[in-house]
Amino acid sequence: MTIAFLNLDLQTIADGIALGAIYALMAVGIGLVFGVLRLVNFAYGQLVMAGAFALALASQWGWPLWGGILFCFAVVIALSIAMEHLVFRPLRGHSPAVMLVATFAVAFLLQNIALLWFGSLGKIATSLAFLNRVWTIFGADVHKIAVVAVVVAAVCLGLVQFLLQRTEIGLHMRAASMDFATSRMLGVRANRVVSFAVLVSGVLAAVVAVMLTVQTPLVTPDFALRDTIVVLAGVVVGGLNRPIPATLGGFLIGFTTGLLGGVLPTNQSQYLPTFVFAAVILVLLVRPRGLFDLSKTVERV
Amino acid sequence: MSLELDNLHVRYGGVHAVRGLSLTVAPGEIVGLIGPNGAGKSSTLHAIMGLAPATGSVRVGARELLGRRPEDVARSGVALVPEGRRIFAELTVEENLRLGFAGRRAAGAASLDRVHELFPVVREYRSRPAGALSGGQQQQLAIARALVAEPDVLLLDEPSLGLAPSVVDVVFDALQAIRGQGLAVLLVEQRAQRTVAIADRSHVLANGELQLTLGPDEAGDTERLVAAYLS
Repeated sequence: MTIAFLNLDLQTIADGIALGAIYALMAVGIGLVFGVLRLVNFAYGQLVMAGAFALALASQWGWPLWGGILFCFAVVIALSIAMEHLVFRPLRGHSPAVMLVATFAVAFLLQNIALLWFGSLGKIATSLAFLNRVWTIFGADVHKIAVVAVVVAAVCLGLVQFLLQRTEIGLHMRAASMDFATSRMLGVRANRVVSFAVLVSGVLAAVVAVMLTVQTPLVTPDFALRDTIVVLAGVVVGGLNRPIPATLGGFLIGFTTGLLGGVLPTNQSQYLPTFVFAAVILVLLVRPRGLFDLSKTVERV
Repeated sequence: MSLELDNLHVRYGGVHAVRGLSLTVAPGEIVGLIGPNGAGKSSTLHAIMGLAPATGSVRVGARELLGRRPEDVARSGVALVPEGRRIFAELTVEENLRLGFAGRRAAGAASLDRVHELFPVVREYRSRPAGALSGGQQQQLAIARALVAEPDVLLLDEPSLGLAPSVVDVVFDALQAIRGQGLAVLLVEQRAQRTVAIADRSHVLANGELQLTLGPDEAGDTERLVAAYLS
């Protein structure tokens, strides 16, 4: 099945949807922390990178698949908690610029630690390679990872939504992202809410690490760096401070990237980021508050 | 438990907003804090809640509150109904109330019934977004949200601001009922006469200092009131 003039086939579309799903998870991970801390965590990609190295090491040591995934989660969650305690918490309440620069510093620090420990050639994570095989659906070949990524992302997003809408800590997180000062005045514990947001964000980063290593088994210190930049652009396009618009923005930019990657001739794929960021600029020119912000700009008196 | 302020000072940089204020609010009492704009009334409430830099002493029972974080003050049995209500417009009325539980010291759902009895609109509109309520309904929600935490001390910052006269009556009637439940109520208000009439004592604050204390029978004594405002 081929849409001939665009050179699109079902496999390309499925891969685009899968990348969109993974980027949506990253967008939610970044958006949750932004909600409670007003901090854009530029080091999010390095959390994913650390998880990917954990997977690669586990497969190098011959660990079973589940052991590697557990190790990946442990490393990413531990690193998230450390980041929160050592960097975010002391800087809470500082200007957004200070916090953004601090996350840049953390990002470069982690990237260079990875460079020192593992070298620039990186390591290969092979334990999940079987997901790169194809299933034949309606006569079209679809990578297994595309299906798995969509299912896993849907489950994760459903869980996050349940957490935010149906639990006490979720209500506290939503309130804190709307008005932190008033929430605290009512007795909402700031440290607990922030720690929880960072924890959930870390779990999502670990899930993303597992998914991305299937598509890109070669793990280098700049692993997930470009993805993070693209996702940040997507989150901005969607709207940063609400989970659902952020999800949609992340998905949309992932889908677009995946699709363009499939459509562009191989010798032009280096221009892919150019196309993506041109689209982002265009969207922001037309809708500065994000694509999915439906609220009226008129303020109530 | 009673609220006791002793020699409270609040300084914002070079501005000395509250200068040595001492007062006591016993359980089952309403104490009014009135005075012109900038007198230090709101600063006093913020200092109690841990939202403003302060020295001196703020005690609830035997417990010193100064230097604690706002969430810890709330969990010590002090609830503030802030100026401008500060309800969460995008959350439902019920979710706003559930946020009030964050300040509760012991689990239990009994407090909801009492609040619903006091403010029937809060039950009636529980599944609406709080932002869709009228100003008066939002004020009732803000008071209800403070009460579900079952505090010993209730602080109110200009609860009648911007409300229609009939709604002001609802708010002041509710304050009477709340006093009847044995809470210590500290009421900051611009409606001076109305406050003096309802409160057990009213302190007039100007330039951060206590100028005058009036009893409920002195609500008609506008001369002394005006003099204290202008001092």
